[in-house]
Amino acid sequence: MKHIKTISNQPMKKQGGCGECQSSCQCTVGNQTCAQKD
Amino acid sequence: MVASFVSDVSGETRYFLYDVESGSLHNVDAAAFLVAKKRYSSLSDEEILSYSKIPFADVDEINAELDELEKQGLLNTPAKVYPLPCNGEIKAMCLHICHDCNLRCPYCFAKDGTYNTPKDYMTFEVGKAAIDFLIEKSGKRTNLEVDFFGGEPLMNMKVVKQIVEYAKEQTAKHNKKINFTMTTNGILLNEENRKWLNENMHNVVISIDGREEVHDKLRITPNGKGCQSLILNNALEFRKIRGNKSYYIRGTYTKNNLDFAEDVFYLNDKGFDQISVEPVVLPENDDLAIKAEDIPTVLKEYDRLAKEYVVRRKGEKWFNFFHFMIDLKHGPCVYKRLRGCGAGNEYVAVTPIGDIYPCHQFAGDEKYKMGSVLTGEFDCEAQKRYAGCTVYTKDGCADCEAKYYCSGGCMANAVHFEGDMNKPYKAGCSLMRKRFLTSLAIYDAENDN
Repeated sequence: MKHIKTISNQPMKKQGGCGECQSSCQCTVGNQTCAQKD
Repeated sequence: MVASFVSDVSGETRYFLYDVESGSLHNVDAAAFLVAKKRYSSLSDEEILSYSKIPFADVDEINAELDELEKQGLLNTPAKVYPLPCNGEIKAMCLHICHDCNLRCPYCFAKDGTYNTPKDYMTFEVGKAAIDFLIEKSGKRTNLEVDFFGGEPLMNMKVVKQIVEYAKEQTAKHNKKINFTMTTNGILLNEENRKWLNENMHNVVISIDGREEVHDKLRITPNGKGCQSLILNNALEFRKIRGNKSYYIRGTYTKNNLDFAEDVFYLNDKGFDQISVEPVVLPENDDLAIKAEDIPTVLKEYDRLAKEYVVRRKGEKWFNFFHFMIDLKHGPCVYKRLRGCGAGNEYVAVTPIGDIYPCHQFAGDEKYKMGSVLTGEFDCEAQKRYAGCTVYTKDGCADCEAKYYCSGGCMANAVHFEGDMNKPYKAGCSLMRKRFLTSLAIYDAENDN
């Protein structure tokens, strides 16, 4: 593409909900890693 | 929903499109920025003039590229609604190990560490009951967390150690894992405590506001004296033995230091590489509160911080700033993003007398008491109410570009300042959006290859 460069296109994880990830407080949700990838 | 924004944190002006529902980030040229903005939102008068100068052929070409990204599901992705059931499991607990403090910081939400309740210290019996409660309520979850909080938790260190030993025995029996953390003001962080915390704590947060004159103006002892040099020395000694394990130097900025980037740089220059300096949360009529008229100054300060942050992270002064960290590749699932911290649902706080509250900021306010670890009673209906407080139910959150990274903001701030857990704390929203978009621009600056 000439005008647009995609920097990140990792789709947001829609499955899950295992609850094994670290609790967060404003890690925050923004910098949190999914438990299945941690 | 597509958010369009401009940033110069990389040292040059860059234009961005962020697709809220897919989480995709695109760097675009100035013409594409205007074409996309016209297509997905609206242009200002000045932008209309600039748009009118773009050749028709370029507009067509850009629209074709936008069409292609939409086809790929990377732009203007439609929103979906996800079911969010409450299974009643609790995975994280804040233990108020002590409602007393050896500092008298005027901005502290815990009011001298007492939460407006009588000074009190948690006993081992209450601590054991809390650990038992957590393990019982954790259901099928393996990874649990316990945070030692106060007041000042190092003032009740004997019980902290007893609870950790007991928890280790119980987790081995029940096939669980507890990560312990502690938040301390650092005054009692002597060699013995440093060694024990380093060996037993998954994360340690030490409170330092930054420059000596900033810290010592507000973080004072009961006799009114500053103590930054003592705490800084203790924290530096802890940093030396901490290696690559988690820790944070955590400060608060107030009306007194709207140039808070200087405090971040100061802490980094001292040798810390995990830093958080955060806005004070106080009623607008408080002298230390950040007022509506201060917000433009604060937003500019985040820009100044971000530019230097990008530079420092390329060299020997690399550091993490808590509110600029973002994970666009391995972030949590949408369920976590829609609920955030899970206060009152999967996270609770326990006071020294064993009472259960939705989070540490509600402690001592009887209206929000959910039960007791000593009697085992727990208000499951209240838990369901808190679980139902999500991005979907909070005013204005569904249409905000930061919703999947902010998760609707802090429930305690919403209750204390807006009177309703479903009305986000407005003063925090503009800062959150700024930090989020700045984080995206930093991500771009660091991944542009």
